[in-house]
Amino acid sequence: MNNKFTVNDLNLYYGDFHALKNINLDIKEKEITAFIGPSGCGKSTFLKTLNRMNDLVESTKITGDICLDGMDIYKNMDAIELRRRVGMVFQQPNPFPKSIYDNIAYGPRIFGIKKKSELDEIVERSLRQAAIWDEVKDRLHKSALGMSGGQQQRLCIARALAMQPEVLLMDEPTSALDPISTSKIEELTLELKKDYTIVIVTHNMQQAMRISDKTAFFLLGDLIEYSDTETLFSTPKEKKTEDYITGRFG
Amino acid sequence: MSRKSMFCKEYFWQILVTIGGLFVIFVTLLIGAFLVYKGSDTFLKFQHTLQEFLGSANWAPMDNASSKGHVGALIFIVGSLCVCGLALLIATPFALGSSIFMTEISPKFGEKFYRPMVEIFAGIPSVVYGWVGLTVLIPFLKKVFDLQVGHSILAASLVLSIMIFPSISSVASDAIRAVSKETRMAAYGLGSTRWQTIYRVVIPAALPGVISGIVLGLARAFGEALAVAMVIGQTTALPKSIFSTSKTLTTEIAAQMGNAMEGGEMKAALWTMALLLFLISLLFITVIHKFSKPKGE
Amino acid sequence: MDSRIKRAKMIDQFMTIVFYGIALFFFLLLVGFAGKVIIGGLLGAKPEMFGFTRSGSIGNQVFNTIYLVFISLLVSVPIGILAGIYLAMYAKPGLVTHFLRTCIETLSSLPSIVVGLFGYLIFLVVIGLSKSLLAGALSISILSLPLITTTTEDAIKGLPEGYYHGSMGLGATKWQTIFHVLLPACLSRIMTGVILAAGRGFGEAAVLLYTTGSGSDLRWNNFSFTSPTSPINVLRPAETLSIQIWNLQTNGQDRALANLSSAVLMILVLAFSIGANVWSRHISKKQAGLEK
Repeated sequence: MNNKFTVNDLNLYYGDFHALKNINLDIKEKEITAFIGPSGCGKSTFLKTLNRMNDLVESTKITGDICLDGMDIYKNMDAIELRRRVGMVFQQPNPFPKSIYDNIAYGPRIFGIKKKSELDEIVERSLRQAAIWDEVKDRLHKSALGMSGGQQQRLCIARALAMQPEVLLMDEPTSALDPISTSKIEELTLELKKDYTIVIVTHNMQQAMRISDKTAFFLLGDLIEYSDTETLFSTPKEKKTEDYITGRFG
Repeated sequence: MSRKSMFCKEYFWQILVTIGGLFVIFVTLLIGAFLVYKGSDTFLKFQHTLQEFLGSANWAPMDNASSKGHVGALIFIVGSLCVCGLALLIATPFALGSSIFMTEISPKFGEKFYRPMVEIFAGIPSVVYGWVGLTVLIPFLKKVFDLQVGHSILAASLVLSIMIFPSISSVASDAIRAVSKETRMAAYGLGSTRWQTIYRVVIPAALPGVISGIVLGLARAFGEALAVAMVIGQTTALPKSIFSTSKTLTTEIAAQMGNAMEGGEMKAALWTMALLLFLISLLFITVIHKFSKPKGE
Repeated sequence: MDSRIKRAKMIDQFMTIVFYGIALFFFLLLVGFAGKVIIGGLLGAKPEMFGFTRSGSIGNQVFNTIYLVFISLLVSVPIGILAGIYLAMYAKPGLVTHFLRTCIETLSSLPSIVVGLFGYLIFLVVIGLSKSLLAGALSISILSLPLITTTTEDAIKGLPEGYYHGSMGLGATKWQTIFHVLLPACLSRIMTGVILAAGRGFGEAAVLLYTTGSGSDLRWNNFSFTSPTSPINVLRPAETLSIQIWNLQTNGQDRALANLSSAVLMILVLAFSIGANVWSRHISKKQAGLEK
């Protein structure tokens, strides 16, 4: 399978703080890649560099390069275009204070789609893909803020899918949710793998084991180990990885 | 939508909001510049000294372009100081009392009912305060103190104190509310009564905010014109007691600006008084900043 | 030891009573004040005072007051919102931003008579307008500009960060995010500020003293934009309720009329400030309920 992302010698600084150190890794197409590690290890920061959400943080400096399908996303692409190809789901469900329909239609609309029939189709397709259509089809024009947390998160996934991205970045998407909602999101993620490349940050190692094909372990800004999920959890090469997955720290 | 038009739009709006921000700066600078320009005439064009303006009580400017008059504004400065000082003395205990009431004594009722009530006081127009002062307070003072005229420094201070108590009260109550629960619990835990907690622990902790509130009230009092003008009696003389009639900076400007000749000495002197008011309000802002800074850090 | 505790308790109870006393005092003061002004003013009025005549009534003044504040908001609301967006979304920490904040603070603490003088100087002496509704409205908009700016900034900054990131993450531009997500989400909060500004504008008098003049002669069948007696002409002198009260206390002796305009002015202002209050409570309740 092809490499979707290739990352070479990536360094990231917040002011004086060296947050990511010499990261090298490839992310394969139509696989689920999980980033794990203790909080503050840089896994979320790294995820955000993949669609340049770090641009929004003041005084961030980046060296090295990240390529999407061979194109350097910092040098040869503007952030807006990149973010339309690489969607993102956040830790806290963040639906806009609009109706369910308008939440999903938001992306296509700012992209310039105005025709109602076209929008209707996109909304239905996205909600179906996110496995939430049946729950909300009767109240599409009610406020999205009235939904449960788990529904809101699936709505946010649907909202990202409406842009028909190639990659979906998920930043601890289940950490604010209950176990039942969590398992629904995990099932959904596995389903979406057929069509999308998925990168997920999680602090839940069981979750990484359950759903991901590849796992990367970060510690204090370093990428310690990156391999097939099974290998990483059963026979880690590095002592630090082993300490972490056996629960000796973190 | 083409990408080019999207980015054009982006820049257009960014420039527009920046202009909005710069416009606010522009207006403020323009006000300051005009006040300085107009207010300096007294000294530059009419050759009066700063000592005369601030230190002399001889107010007899000519209403023409000659510079033969006298522009001592001491009466108005003293008048303003007396009225505002007295208003502050009256308003502060009551304002603190009501901010303690709405935060410490009865917080639920205070938040729901009392605070909006205080805000209503803040919303009442100053001419209405002045009018009620003129038609209700002055006859009342006349009767109680057996005065010939009820118009007085006292009347002006009483009207002002009701006008400024909401500002003091709301800033002070914000400061008191910001004192941490732990601090309070510590005091109660040591066996303090509620009052002991309030005046030994809570008020000292909230002091910078409380002082900001008082300064804010003072600033409002200094700037008020019409309500004071209605009840102070408007005589050009230094006040001898709280029952004397007098004038303040704002009331003299309000009363004379319309009559004074453009380009005359009188008008220039009035502009200098406006400049003085502007500088005083800048001073108050600086003081408030000094006091509210530690809270933010 | 025991007597000390007793004493402390007694003082505590005494002070509690004092605080209740202060609260009660202000409550009674407000009831008495509002009652005297509103009820007294309305009861003492003669029926013809509610008419739209040149003098001896308040109809034209009510119209002028509302029209003038409306015009002033037409100017201050767009500029205030733009400046608020700038502060919330574009301003980078630094000298200019710091200075802008100082300017806003300066503007909001300027004595209104000083703003009035400035308006007189700029709009009458420099630009050459005559004493007019427009000059007064523009002067008042200087006064409400800082309020609307800070309300807008606070409203935008009070939104959850997720709205901004969510929209940017979908590939929206900054302006699209502001215009399609952030502004709609905090519009009602900004409206609260606008209502509050309107309420303050109604009562403003010192600003208008030298800028609007005292015209109250309107012909209600004349709707030309240029005639001095046309209600909609913004370049005519216009006496507002607050200026009417001021004029009546200096010149005329029609107490009942001044009482009535105080009453109507007070009702107008109270309606707006209570309205803003109720609205903002309603909003915060609604959002709290939805974000559960």
